[in-house]
Formats: sequence, structure tokens, C-alpha cells
Amino acid sequence: MLDFPTWKKIWLWGLTLIAAAAALPTLLASTNIDIPDFLPQPTVNLGLDLAGGSHILLEADPAQVAAQRLENMEETVRTTLRGSVPENRIRIGDVSTANGELSFMVDNPADVDRARELLLPVMNGTGLVREWDLRVEDGQQMILAPTGDGLDTAVDQAMETAIEVIRRRIDSLGTREPTIIRQGDTRIVVQVPGLDDPDQLKALLGQTAQLEFKMVDQSALPSDVQQGIAPLGSEIFPYAESSQFAGTSVAVRRLGGIRGDSLINAQQSFDPQTNEPVVSITFDQQGGQRFAQLSTQNVGRLFAIILDGNVLSTPVFNEPILGGKAQISGGFTTETANNLAISLRSGALPVDLSVIEERTVGPDLGADSIRKGMLAMLIGSAAVIALMIASYGRFGVYATIALVFNVMILLGIMAGLNTTLTLPGIAGFVLTIGAAVDANVLINERIREERKRGRRVVAAVENGYKEASRAIYDANITNFIAGVLLFMFGTGPVRGFAVVLVIGLFTSVFTAVVLTRMWVAGWLRNARPNDLSL
Amino acid sequence: MRLLKLVPDDTNIKFLKLRIPFFVVSLLLIAASWAAVFTQGLNYGVDFAGGQEIRATFVGEAEAPVAELRQTVSALEVVEDPVIQRFGEPNQVSIRVKLPAEAEGQPEFAAMMTEQITAAMRDGHPEVRIDGVDSVSGKVSGEFRNDAALALVAAMLAVAIYIWIRFEWQFGAGALFALFHDVSLTLGMFAIFQLEFSLQIIAAILAIIGYSLNDTIVVYDRIRENLKKFRKMDLTDLLDLSVNETLARTVMTSLTLFVALLPLLIFGPASLFGLVAAITLGLFIGTYSSVYMAAPILIWLGVTSDSFVPQESAADLQEKKARGLT
Repeated sequence: MLDFPTWKKIWLWGLTLIAAAAALPTLLASTNIDIPDFLPQPTVNLGLDLAGGSHILLEADPAQVAAQRLENMEETVRTTLRGSVPENRIRIGDVSTANGELSFMVDNPADVDRARELLLPVMNGTGLVREWDLRVEDGQQMILAPTGDGLDTAVDQAMETAIEVIRRRIDSLGTREPTIIRQGDTRIVVQVPGLDDPDQLKALLGQTAQLEFKMVDQSALPSDVQQGIAPLGSEIFPYAESSQFAGTSVAVRRLGGIRGDSLINAQQSFDPQTNEPVVSITFDQQGGQRFAQLSTQNVGRLFAIILDGNVLSTPVFNEPILGGKAQISGGFTTETANNLAISLRSGALPVDLSVIEERTVGPDLGADSIRKGMLAMLIGSAAVIALMIASYGRFGVYATIALVFNVMILLGIMAGLNTTLTLPGIAGFVLTIGAAVDANVLINERIREERKRGRRVVAAVENGYKEASRAIYDANITNFIAGVLLFMFGTGPVRGFAVVLVIGLFTSVFTAVVLTRMWVAGWLRNARPNDLSL
Repeated sequence: MRLLKLVPDDTNIKFLKLRIPFFVVSLLLIAASWAAVFTQGLNYGVDFAGGQEIRATFVGEAEAPVAELRQTVSALEVVEDPVIQRFGEPNQVSIRVKLPAEAEGQPEFAAMMTEQITAAMRDGHPEVRIDGVDSVSGKVSGEFRNDAALALVAAMLAVAIYIWIRFEWQFGAGALFALFHDVSLTLGMFAIFQLEFSLQIIAAILAIIGYSLNDTIVVYDRIRENLKKFRKMDLTDLLDLSVNETLARTVMTSLTLFVALLPLLIFGPASLFGLVAAITLGLFIGTYSSVYMAAPILIWLGVTSDSFVPQESAADLQEKKARGLT
């Protein structure tokens, strides 16, 4: 047990010094001492609770994705069954999207088989999973039901797109290093360090920016519309709060509109006539063609510009708009117009996201916490060291040196693994300092006991390490179990606590057991003491 | 140099003589803790109750105008029953408000509340600095509550199973009971004193589950050793001997942890106070329970020296017996 060949010593010292050196960039970060650039410089990241910043948890509603998908399917079915030539058209009616299924009656039962043939290709997406199930009831009612797999894929894609859109939006704010990660099936965590004003961020994330152009149903009776009764084939949308008609609603044709998701640019600008802030948009080629078509077919009619389910304004197509450019007005301020421009540029969110958790920490508080935490840690370490040296003399000194290496190695490993130090993580450091010397206490007490039973020095030390290690390993393994559960349970700051505790268990066993044994063995060999003052 | 010995050599304290009264008191304390948890309830922070917490510093002022804030903030229409208290320095406050039902899933509403409360504070105190805002929806806080309960139960069972594997089932059960005692009393303290109960406290209790077992394991390890060594000794005497032999360790390991934590409790950042206080509290409860819960329960569960007779020799014995009979 006490035999340390040279290769083992070199190995242990090498490991210790490399790991401890990895802590240097973090420790020297606040000083003027520079580390040469050619050396790797791992540093520990500071969590939002120490660095300041915003943590926002967003959640999507999968039902919305499903509804959207159903609506798209309805359009697809209508286009597909219409066919390219009028005589091939399959007439359908009684279209319903109730219960999450799309059902319709085929006017002529003889067309059902042909409809099935036509619809089969659109029911399967690009992947291998079957996205829709088709069944026929009562001979002429066709029902398209989304499969679970298909819906999962759709939600999955929507979330991936949402993350991309969020990233583009946050990048446009010019903030540094945002963290955007998917959590579970329908959630996204957004962490932005050092942001003073999270309100603009939230305004950007809260905006779906689903822009639609739909024709106003001018045949609808205004009294019906205000009561929420829509004519067949139309639906009611409220005016946006910023609009001059806020509080009233308008009926628009459900189908036949176009979506504003094919934009290549969106800029805040001012209307040349009214000097009101507006958003100028430029469609891509395809979108421009569709917009030109819509405006050409509907000259003189009113159309509604709908953003996230609210009507911004209802201008008239005075003439066909062929250049693929348009202007959106709707009672904007410069700021809201600018936010909308950013949102439109970065693309629409495929699904609404709501903020279900938000934590913001100002930058001053974090610096204060670090200072106070460091002070407490230094005093605590000094107290532990004093207690250990007073109780165990030379063996206490070994424990102390091990403790210093422990803190360095722990910090070094955290830097190397690029983990995050949070405020509870500081408490984790203090806890590790207090608990790391426990192993030395157990070992030293056991050596003391073995001496009292009359064993000679070397045998007592050897037995001390051997007999104490059972309890040391058991204790560390139970701590490890609790630490892993803490890691699994915790989010954010609490997880930072678990990280420190768990890594600290490994480093403290290494320093308090392995390193001190090497030092004690070296001393015993050189000094050959006849008695231990312990 | 004379070394410090906090525990004299060769103590012979009859710890287990008083095991029944201590055990009864502990059981009563556990019962009282749960009674407090169920009647008074835990003072959930925003993590578990949902709602909004705003922390602010009144820069340049000696003291935060808590009384004034109670009036101005309560007068706001969007706010009902705000909890306003000093937090950390004398000029720092925390304001906790519930999110009304209509705010669920409506981020604008929460943002508007923050804005109005901030405005109310700034009114007359333009130098107010907002240090942090936490907004947690009812959905998320509900999940936190479930996950927390699950994590606590899972951690206790997992470590108890480990002890069972490493020792014997009686030791696993004893450890589990000692942990249950520690967790119950910690929860009870939080209920009785209505200290804010947050995610950090759960982290603290999970840490306690790990660390409180350290002492228990040291005592158990010695009991196992002594059971093998003194086959004929009376169990109560053997447990007493084991506790006494490891007393110096129990005291020293708890003490090192305590002196490390104490400065953090006194000088540390205010937002860590709950976490550190809970761990410190758990440290004392845990040390007590490893002596007075974990050890005596072995008597009642009927641990004997035979528990640690090597399996082979027991089998050999049986074989010999069987041969003798035939």
C-alpha cells in the first residue's frame, strides 16, 4: 500500500499539476497576469445568476401545430381534387376539420376510388413514416386522420424551425453568445447573458410573425360580423390593438389568401404621405408572383393584412402590385415597426411560443455574490485548515495541501469540461472543502487507533489507509448517487450545484486519499520515524 | 506539539441506554414535522407556487422603505397580497406576487405586472436598481413540485438500496429511516418557521441525503467490523462500543463541514442563505440521527453476528450437519 514506484509518482504528480494548471486561466482572469497565447486557456463559464442575464423558458402548443397542419391539408386536398383540367375535377362538400380530422363528402360516390388514388401521394411526407390515415365511411365520406408519428414529426420540425427563427431574431439584437436549446418535446430554453433589458427580447420571442394576406368578405353583414357570425367560407378576425379600428372585427375569406412567409426582406420605413412608421416588405420570386396574381384578380377589393391572428389594416388593391414589394401599415410606432421588421426578416415562428418561466438577474448582483462567496470560502477554508492542523499535526498539513490541490483540480476540471459555475455552485465548492477533509479525518483517526492497539508506525499507517477506505468509498458513492439525482432533477443554478458536488467527490478522493498516501509514504521512507505524533 | 483532541480517548458513553426515550422523541418530532407541513404548509417561493418575484436595491438609501412599499404596491390593481420583505442588505427588498389566473400563459400580463411594480418603486425613489426578476407559471411550478418530491424519494431509496447491498437489509432499512427522519425534520423546520421553500432547498435536502449518510456509514462500518470481531458480545454493548469508537470521527467530520459552511452563512450572498441554512440544519440533524436513529434501529431489526458470517462457512456447516445425520 505504501509502495510508490517512481513511474507512479511521476504519473500522479503529472496528473495533479496538469489538472491544477487548468484552473489558472480562470483564477488569473481578474488579474493583469497574462498567460501566453500558445497555451490552451480553458475557463469556467459563469452562470446567469453570477454573470447577469436572462433565462427564458418557452413552450409551444402542439395542438396548434396539429390545427395548422389540418388547415394546410384542407388546401392541399382541394387543390389536388380540383385537378388540372375541369372535366377531371372531383367535387366535394361538407368539409369539416372537427376532432382533429379532415373529413369531406365526395359528391359522386363513383369518384371515391379515384380520389383515394390522387390523395395517397400527398398523405406521406418525405420521410418513411406514414403521416396520414385515410378511411372511407358510408361509401362517400372520406376522412383523413393524422397519424401519431406524423404529428410527432410535424411538431419536431416546427420546434427545430422555431429554434432557428429564435436564433436569427436574437442575433439581430446583437447580443453575445445566446444559448438556445430544445428541452423535452415542446420547450425551448433561451439564455442570454448580460442583457440589461429583457423586454425587447421577450417582445421578439412572443411575436409569432405569421403574416397573412386574405381577402375581406365584403358580402358579410357588419352586424353579423360584430356578433362573431361569419358567412360560409369566411372567418372573423379582430383588429389589432394598435389599429384605429381596435375593438371591432372583420370577416375574411378563409381560403385563397397568401402567407407572408416567402419574404426576402423587411425593413422599417416611413409612409411617404402620412409619415407614419410602416414596414416595407419584399417577396421572393414565387411569393411575388402569388401576390401579383392575388392583387390582379382583386383590383378594387379590400384585403386584410393579418399578423398573428390580428388584422393590422384593410387596404384596397388600387392596382395590380407586380414588383413583389408591399408596405404594411397598422398604427405602428417606430419601435414596434422595427420589431416586426426583425421578426419578418427572421421568418415566422411555425408555432406560437409562450413564456412559462423567466429569470433575469442584473449584472451588479452577480459580481457582489462572487465577492461574498469568495470571502466566505477563504474564511471557511482557513477554519478547516486550522482545525485539521491543530488536530492532526503533520497529517493535517498533508490534508491541507491536498485540500488546496483539490480546489485547483476541481476548478481545472470544470474549466476543461467547459461547465458553468453558478451561485449554488459556490456553495458546492464550500461543501466540497468541508467534506473533502472527511476522508483525512477517517484515515488519521484510524491510524491513531491502530497505534493505540500497538501496531508499529508503518503497519499502522498502512492499516489506517486500508481500513478507512471502505467507509470513504461507501460514503462517496452514496453522495454520488444523491448528486446524480440532484443533477437529473435540477435545472440551471441547481444543476451547477450538482456539477460541483459530483466532480468534487472524484477530486477529493484523489487528493485526500491517493495524494496524501503518496506524501505520507515518502515521509515514512525518508524520515523513518519511530513514533507518530497523532 | 500537543494536538487538539475534541473527543477524549476511550470514551464510554452509554448512548443506547437512552435509546427508547430518544427514539420516542424523534418519532414525535417526525410526526410534529409532518403535522406542521400539512397544517401550516410550506412557504413556497415562486419556484413552487408560481408567481413573480422582483428583487431590488434602493441605491444610496440606508434602508429600503418596506412599509411604504407595502402600501404603494398593494394599491396596484394587478397585485393581490404581495409579500414584501427585506432581502440581504438593509436597502434591498424582495417583492413576491401571485400571478392571477388570467396571466397563465400570457407573458404580456406578467411583463405588465413587473412594469407596474417597478414604476411604483421608482415613484419617489428614482435610484431603485432592479437586481432580478423571476416569473414562473403555474404549469412549471407544478412540475417543479412533482419533480422535487420524486427526486427526494428516489434519492432516499437509491442510497438505502446501496447500503443494503453493501451491508445487510437491516442496515439499509436503518439508513432509510435515518434519512426519512432528517428530511422530515428539515421540512418541519421550514414549515414551522415559514422559511421560503425554493428549488435551492430541495438541492440542499438532496445534499443532506448524501452527506448525512457519511456519519451513518462510518458507524455502520464499525458495527460490521465489531460484529465479526466480538461474536459473543451483547448487541447493545457492541453498538455502544462502535458509536464510542467512532465518536471522534463523527464529531470531526461534522465539525469540518460546519466551520466551512458557517462563514458562508454569515458573510455569503443573501440568495444562498436558504440553501446553506438548510444544509447546516441538516448537518446537525444528520449527525444526531446516525447515533440515535441509525444505530439503535439495528437492535429492533434483529441484527446478529451471523449476518456477517462468511457465506461459505455457513454452507459448510450445513453440509457437515447433513452428513452427520445420514
